Amino acid sequence: MPDFLLNALLAGLALALVAGPLGSFVVWRRMAYFGDTLSHAALLGIALGLMLEVSPTLAVTACCVLLAVLLVTLQQRQPLASDTLLGILAHSTLSLGLVALSFMRDVRVDLMAYLFGDLLAVSGSDLIWILGGSALVLLVLIPLWRPLLAITVHEELARVEGLPVAAIRLAMMLLIAIVIAVAMKIVGVLLITSLLIIPAAAAQRHARTPEAMALGASLIGLVAVCLGLTLSWFEDTPAGPSIVVSAAAIFLASFLLPRRAV
Amino acid sequence: MSDALIELQDIHVRFAHQPVLEGARLRVRRGEIVTLIGPNGAGKTTLVRTVLGLLRPDSGRVWRKPKLRIGYMPQKLHVDATLPLTVLRFLRLVPKVDRARAQAALAEVGAEGVIDSPLQSISGGELQRVLLARALLREPELLVLDEPVQGVDVSGQAELYRMIGRLRDRHGCGVLMVSHDLHLVMSATDQVVCLNRHVCCSGHPEQVSSDPAFVELFGQDARSLAVYHHHHDHDHDLHGSVVKAHVHGPDCNHKHA
Repeated sequence: MPDFLLNALLAGLALALVAGPLGSFVVWRRMAYFGDTLSHAALLGIALGLMLEVSPTLAVTACCVLLAVLLVTLQQRQPLASDTLLGILAHSTLSLGLVALSFMRDVRVDLMAYLFGDLLAVSGSDLIWILGGSALVLLVLIPLWRPLLAITVHEELARVEGLPVAAIRLAMMLLIAIVIAVAMKIVGVLLITSLLIIPAAAAQRHARTPEAMALGASLIGLVAVCLGLTLSWFEDTPAGPSIVVSAAAIFLASFLLPRRAV
Repeated sequence: MSDALIELQDIHVRFAHQPVLEGARLRVRRGEIVTLIGPNGAGKTTLVRTVLGLLRPDSGRVWRKPKLRIGYMPQKLHVDATLPLTVLRFLRLVPKVDRARAQAALAEVGAEGVIDSPLQSISGGELQRVLLARALLREPELLVLDEPVQGVDVSGQAELYRMIGRLRDRHGCGVLMVSHDLHLVMSATDQVVCLNRHVCCSGHPEQVSSDPAFVELFGQDARSLAVYHHHHDHDHDLHGSVVKAHVHGPDCNHKHA
């Protein structure tokens, strides 16, 4: 197997693994639009990273975190609904990113690679960032699992029972921000949310526990990455979209299997 | 005074410049059932949220017994349909709960049959009992129940109030509950606090129902409703079957405050 294909496969599998459990929370907490907004802001992070000459992964993570904090602040200070705020932030940060990139005439930027990913161009150092980021997210997620479930079920009940709800929510946003920074290289800013929610949605019908749904989503993500890369290798299709198409096909196929009796 | 669990004094809360509570006060002692009643918008839920520590009042004094363990039963619970969660797993979100403890708590509230059911599939009455079981699993010193009988039919309501009384006797905890309903609750409580942004009147049910402030707030009709002593030689459980009544007598070893 050529190096670039091995890099692509490892990067894709690492992402699929963490996207399963985190994506399940995105589905349970109805945060799909939130994920979308963060990923749009990622392009602004890229532009800032190029401008300040820092690692794009770092710049994107920082940008997503700042946006998450800004969103929480805005939600508390004024009466506009969350989805209105998300719409404003998503499109203005995406546009700001595009405008900022156009000012950097001496930097050649492959915009398509950022919008739709360029998995087959993942380098050795990219791979280290992706594996490191994924491992970090998994390690943080394990002790956070039960508190996150508790606040997903009933936030005020969790608060009365002594959980630091604000800190847990912030931690969850940080984890999503890291995953987006990691995933951008793989599927691009426009497709990131799909890797979080499609496998989780496909696993949902057949899961009886939260953990089964999270693991099922990881498994479906792994299969989708393998299928997508195979398609890309033999038919020369773009790798990121091929992975998303594979995931969507598995989602549709999940309706063919009978729902597990409860 | 020494067995007080919480004490709130002169609580003021405003939302968007509208006063919601103006000098409210409240005290709950161990083994005592205190019921908050009052019209819509009287600030009942706001006062309860202050007790729970979910809301910081603009001014006033909130005292809690140090390390007070609160069992809270929220008004409703909405869990997204996509989250696969059984009743057992829901109860096990409380730390250090195993199947046996969850089963015991469910048995105590008469809902042991739903332990393996998905949380979203059980009925409203069963959900109320499951929420109560979860509050009990915290081994609370203070039970806080926000409209515990919402969505339960009338005979089920009476049964639920009696159950709350039994739980108080068995666990010796204090109970603070909110209710809309006047007559059922009056026979199930030790103290009634009648709230309309401030405390209009409070005391034993008989005392309160003849208080002019109470009559003014709930109208003349409420007088006949208010103290409603139920004299039956039998009771009904949630499913309508007859169960033997508990008759208070000199042999009862629980106290009435």
